Amino acid sequence: MKRLDALNAVYSRLQDHIVITIMGAVAAELQSIGHRPNFFYLQHAMGLASSMGLGIALSRPDRDVIVLDGDGSVLMNLGGLTTLARYRPRNLVHVVFDNESLLSVGGFPTATSTGSDLAGIAAAAGVPQTTTVRTIEAFTQALDEALAARDLSLIVAKVEAVGPSAFVTDLTLLENRFQFQRYLAP
Amino acid sequence: MSPVSTASSRAIYDALKACGIRLISALPETWLVHLIRMAEEDPEMILVRLAKEEEGVGVSAGAHLAGVKSAMLMQNHGLLASINGIVSCAQLYRIPLLMLVSYRGEFGERDPWQTEGGAATEDILRALRIPFTSLDHPDHVAHRIADAQTLALSSNKPVALLLRRGLMVEEDPAREAGRAGGSGGAGR
Repeated sequence: MKRLDALNAVYSRLQDHIVITIMGAVAAELQSIGHRPNFFYLQHAMGLASSMGLGIALSRPDRDVIVLDGDGSVLMNLGGLTTLARYRPRNLVHVVFDNESLLSVGGFPTATSTGSDLAGIAAAAGVPQTTTVRTIEAFTQALDEALAARDLSLIVAKVEAVGPSAFVTDLTLLENRFQFQRYLAP
Repeated sequence: MSPVSTASSRAIYDALKACGIRLISALPETWLVHLIRMAEEDPEMILVRLAKEEEGVGVSAGAHLAGVKSAMLMQNHGLLASINGIVSCAQLYRIPLLMLVSYRGEFGERDPWQTEGGAATEDILRALRIPFTSLDHPDHVAHRIADAQTLALSSNKPVALLLRRGLMVEEDPAREAGRAGGSGGAGR
């Protein structure tokens, strides 16, 4: 499964929710499909997208928050999985695109390439719903089930280590940030 | 028994509430125990206990963008552990952070493991161009916290308040003669 195809397949599910992505390929690919004011791209601070998602989910329990994370970023903040599980926001779905590499900085393999199981780690941290999917159909179904479950969920989507040719888009960081804030807290 | 001042902790907590703080992230350390308990017992407060302080930058950033005022409680070693998040989330994206940092490792510090962090704290804040001041007396706690919050929100940047020994520690064991060993305050 390619991440871009996976994002295309679920875009209609994402478009009305609060979406937080990590930097690099995920941000560029989602923007290539279509930016929306309810999408925020954390273009650095690796590991903190899920922490931001937690802050938003606790502050706005009336809204669903979807975090689009990556294996490299999650590995930088494994403790954050325990914090997420501890507060168990029912309105947060944590998607981890796992391409088993740090694609945007040269494709060096991460520890998931040698067997570290992020869904297993999340389950052991206490995240109540976890799954690993390898096809578009399974990913779409898992996201639908997670959104319907009304509980903290983590979906590891195994994807190919391919991405866009460029990561910088014409959406500046601060434009995104203030637009997103106006959307969330007008 | 912790010598941490309950009265000073209460003054700090009340000042945070007066600033409209509704979410506090924290990683326990000796000087912060009362503050964390106050947050825990307050039904109006969302307390987020962290595994590592840097997570608090993300939590506060999310809360801010969602319209909720927040504060971070950490030791100065937690500030050191948060630097990338402060720079590449809060500063890069112009997010206000109200950081209350217990200033361990100053004069009077008994715990050997706290001493390096104390020596680095202010230089690191200056290097990051984070405005900071001290809370060292109960009389100025309320207005300094309010002023810090005002600057954080007007500048959309992190600010720091250093919680000093003179405010936080009631009876400083370091001054008591004849006491040896490390029974005073465990690290973090």
